[in-house]
Amino acid sequence: MPLVMDADRMGRALTRMAHEILERNRGLDEIALVGIRTRGVPLARRISRSLHDINGDDVPTGALDITLYRDDLMRHAVGPQPVVRRTEIPFSIDGRKILLVDDVLYTGRTIRAALDALIDFGRPQGIQLVVLVDRGHRELPIKADYVGKNLPTSLKQSVQVHLQEIDGKDEVLIEGEA
Amino acid sequence: MTTSAETPTAAVALKSRHLLGIAGLDADEITLILDTAEAMKEIGGRAIKKVPTLRGRTVVNLFFEPSTRTRTSFEIAEKRLSADTLSIATATSSVTKGESLLDTVRNIEAMSPDMIVMRHASSGAPHLLARLCRSTIINAGDGMHEHPTQALLDAFTIREHKRRLAGLKVAIVGDLLHSRVLRSNVELLNTMGAHVWACAPSTLMPSHIRDFGVTATTSVDEAVDGADVVMMLRIQHERMHGHFIPSVREYFAMFGLTPERLRRAAGDAIVMHPGPMNRGVEIDSAVADGPYSVILEQVSNGVAVRMAVLYLLSGRDSMDPLDVH
Repeated sequence: MPLVMDADRMGRALTRMAHEILERNRGLDEIALVGIRTRGVPLARRISRSLHDINGDDVPTGALDITLYRDDLMRHAVGPQPVVRRTEIPFSIDGRKILLVDDVLYTGRTIRAALDALIDFGRPQGIQLVVLVDRGHRELPIKADYVGKNLPTSLKQSVQVHLQEIDGKDEVLIEGEA
Repeated sequence: MTTSAETPTAAVALKSRHLLGIAGLDADEITLILDTAEAMKEIGGRAIKKVPTLRGRTVVNLFFEPSTRTRTSFEIAEKRLSADTLSIATATSSVTKGESLLDTVRNIEAMSPDMIVMRHASSGAPHLLARLCRSTIINAGDGMHEHPTQALLDAFTIREHKRRLAGLKVAIVGDLLHSRVLRSNVELLNTMGAHVWACAPSTLMPSHIRDFGVTATTSVDEAVDGADVVMMLRIQHERMHGHFIPSVREYFAMFGLTPERLRRAAGDAIVMHPGPMNRGVEIDSAVADGPYSVILEQVSNGVAVRMAVLYLLSGRDSMDPLDVH
């Protein structure tokens, strides 16, 4: 399986995005990070750590589970439901700039669900999207503000992001024929 | 949705499309419901306590027996998941005109609901409907048989306080003979590895209590001694067609949970009651409102547990069990 990102490159991409976030927002006063479960959560924590290393500020960080907002939940009427995990946003999102973090941006449907979920928590001043990999093939008008790596793929391929915290190893792999 | 087009699903899932009882659920299924309920509980703490999950689904609450807590709890759970719901209480329905249970339900089904939550005074009524109807049936209490969502919310509350169920000593005290809560709780706690002590006067002890796999006793002190959880059950006057206890006062003197009796329990014991409580009959007000009581937490947790059950069962094809491809 071709390796498209190893631990070093992933680390550099995350640090670069942290700098871009600081540059674009001129400080971190009203910023909060929200990672989309599962792999967006450790990525959000790492970006939060990078921001702290660069700037010394602690950025509040939460975790969002979008399962109950999926648009395909009730489409397959037969079979088990996906596992729902806890959403933990231990701060008010009202008036804040929310940085929504996910591992792979693909159809955009996860992000649509995440936006709906976030709005149910309050009225943020704005929402920006951070993704480690953008693999294209959007089905909705959604665009990332910070991208770790643009990765052109075919619809037959699948992109696997592995993270130390969950999978024991940092890497991005691409699977299947181009 | 992110890395591939596949739908990630549970490693375990509920095997049945109905929830008729705890009997038949294995430890993995129970754990799945309790874990899902943890996620659902967080929704109740939000400013907007609603998710769009069951949009377009219709749930009918069909209550052939009086209920405040359970019916309200199901209704709130359904609304928090955005289902369309309606509740039918038999006092205002055609049941009073002599319609049979099956006819009532078939008529409701002709209007295509997806799920029916039902309570009935006859044990086994939901099982009958599950065989004969197309909707998903959720048992909200059938006679003296089962009340599965009560046992699940009890287990959820215990797990929140004790972080586990296995190995705990759980004393269940009260009218065991008429109690569906006892049956469902015993099934669940045994499956999860807890030790259940059942305590009642001999007139209110089921004759086959040994078959339940519990330790039976008529001594409250023995049951409560070192218990991690003390669960008090209501004296069910409405189901008693005969003389089971000499008097309410004597029952309280012998079996009521008082602060003195509770001192025998573990230092961090919790006191539970499925409600409605008869204060001064099975439980002293000082205990019911005391620091060990988690009785109102049980009620709050009921909503989260019922949301979990509704969600997990909604994945099943509710309208036509034969057409699964």
